[in-house]
Amino acid sequence: MSILIDRATPVLIQGITGKIGKFHAKEMIDYGTHVVGGVVPGRGGETVHGLPVFDTMKEAVKQTGASVSAIFVPPPFAADSIMEAADSGITFCAAITDGIPAQDMIRVKRYMRRYRQENRMRLIGPNCAGIISPGKALMGIMPGHIYQAGSIGVVGRSGTLGYEAASQMKELGIGVSTSVGIGGDPINGSSFKDILTLFEEDPETSAIVMIGEIGGPQEAEAAEFIRDHMTKPVVAYVAGLSAPKGRTMGHAGAIISAFGESASEKVEILRDVGVTIAPNPSQIGSTIAEVIAKAA
Amino acid sequence: MDIHEYQAKEILSGFGVPVPRGGLAYSPEQAAYRAREIGGDTWIVKAQVHTGGRGKAGGVKVCEDEHEVYDAADELFGKRLVTHQTGPKGKVVYRVYVEGAAAIEREIYLGFVLDRKSERVMVVASAAGGMEIEEISATKPESIIRSVIEPAVGIQDFQVREIAFALGLKPTQIQQAVNTIKGCYRAFRELDATMVEINPLVVTSDGAIVALDAKMTFDDNALFRHPSVSELRDKSQEDPRESQAADRGLSYVGLEGKIGCIVNGAGLAMATMDMIELAGGKPANFLDIGGGASPERVAKAFRLVMSDGDVEAILVNIFAGINRCDWVAEGIIQALEANPVNVPVIVRLAGTNVEEGRKILSKSGLPIIRAATLKEAAERAVSAWQNDIKHNVKMVASS
Repeated sequence: MSILIDRATPVLIQGITGKIGKFHAKEMIDYGTHVVGGVVPGRGGETVHGLPVFDTMKEAVKQTGASVSAIFVPPPFAADSIMEAADSGITFCAAITDGIPAQDMIRVKRYMRRYRQENRMRLIGPNCAGIISPGKALMGIMPGHIYQAGSIGVVGRSGTLGYEAASQMKELGIGVSTSVGIGGDPINGSSFKDILTLFEEDPETSAIVMIGEIGGPQEAEAAEFIRDHMTKPVVAYVAGLSAPKGRTMGHAGAIISAFGESASEKVEILRDVGVTIAPNPSQIGSTIAEVIAKAA
Repeated sequence: MDIHEYQAKEILSGFGVPVPRGGLAYSPEQAAYRAREIGGDTWIVKAQVHTGGRGKAGGVKVCEDEHEVYDAADELFGKRLVTHQTGPKGKVVYRVYVEGAAAIEREIYLGFVLDRKSERVMVVASAAGGMEIEEISATKPESIIRSVIEPAVGIQDFQVREIAFALGLKPTQIQQAVNTIKGCYRAFRELDATMVEINPLVVTSDGAIVALDAKMTFDDNALFRHPSVSELRDKSQEDPRESQAADRGLSYVGLEGKIGCIVNGAGLAMATMDMIELAGGKPANFLDIGGGASPERVAKAFRLVMSDGDVEAILVNIFAGINRCDWVAEGIIQALEANPVNVPVIVRLAGTNVEEGRKILSKSGLPIIRAATLKEAAERAVSAWQNDIKHNVKMVASS
């Protein structure tokens, strides 16, 4: 099994007619994802890769029965697209777009509160690589071929560092149940804790690799959750040990601005709750291998 | 994006925040003229540089006549101000701001930030103004007042009153405080700021509330909808390499080490820097070249990294996902052939078409040191750098 997407999950792509949306739609279809159409306002009635394009999300959901969407809409319009998805009956959305203004995301998060928790769309991103359940479905921009199917859940902010972890694991014959990118922005749809909750509940995920980085309170929040609620082993790596304070390191969210936000502080907090720390980014694979061996 | 104090004051004043009378100067003569314009008998001459801690670094001077204003400005122009925020290189003063001095009765800290925990704008205030907020939270954490603003309805009067009373303001000052705090919030909200800081906000001896200093930072992602804010950008206050990188869509942060890094992806870039430190070196920069590492992009990255004269080795770490290693390899060769470098270059390629990529690198005959894993790459970069230094030292000694 996997979390959030599966072989049969019908997927819509918002922004499918753009260069990036079109390219990744093809990649997703080739991987076996059940892509059923796209949405671009004003382009309804066209087709892309033989799939129908709709003007609105409501129409697209009604016509295709889609339950999830991926967003490749340019940053000025992306927040609006997320809200449109949330209002259309979509249950899960991956916002790939990088560069959405932070206050737009504040508005998005506030808007989503108008739905009761059980009816509220789950959002990952923005500025994330998306999600992959290897061998089943891919919704995002990760290269499918570096992932092997298996039972390790992966959750991280960074795209390429996630690839690094997946390839180290594949090298050691370790497979992934689902890999989720939560994105590098300061305000994002799902936190580490949200995704850890899903992995804890997923019967076919046996252990989790969590890839954090400097900045923000979400690793510390995850540590509390791990201490109080998790039975499955967690391995973590936190990037940015050598990052200076007060400088943004590429991701808008990767900036140390408060206590507990540096890599070494996060590592301490996670270690204290029993998380096994990968000592450096080249030992993520070997650390999870040791943890699995110990658990067996 | 950061702006200068005088720019922040001009913006905030437009939102109803009271600020002292002041004027900008580009020369000592102009500074003296500004003082005469403003009137009074005491002036503050303030260096306009993008950093906090200017006072301690000698960037703020109190003057009692026009000659003193002239001399203070004369001393500040061209001066390199080094504070705890600027790094050892400091920032050069090209503009000064002259203000009429206020008779200060008390100082208050007032800040607005994006709070990542509540995912909202938060007001942070303290009666212990004048100090840096880090200092306040370290020494007087109990004095810090926090109030989170509901984005759907904005800041409410009662919230502002709560803050004002907690700060110990007098009933006659409450309305002024309400105007000031609400003005700052509206500026924050309407202009997509990520930080507004008034430190200190002062109560003068005649009971007026005035913003004596002001700092604003804006969301780079939202500048597209605020052209008037974008115009305030002052490149003289930025690391030239960082502005160049930003203009080319690359994400670059200059650091103090000797090993230049070219990486795709912010997380992997940070991880690569960490590995260099573990291997005993220091990274010269953070650089994320982003997706689609075309030959042009790789070449740009090489030029950018080499423009830092301190770089003594370059580590390229590319995990090709959507990219292809063979294309990246060709990019590296093109970049090196067009702009030969005289420092060791270490390349680690992984992901799609990695074998083809490696073949292309070996066939090129260029003296590229290759590595298969992240660990190997960092270790080889550090040892190549160390050997290269020894080699150079020997050459110098024998010549």
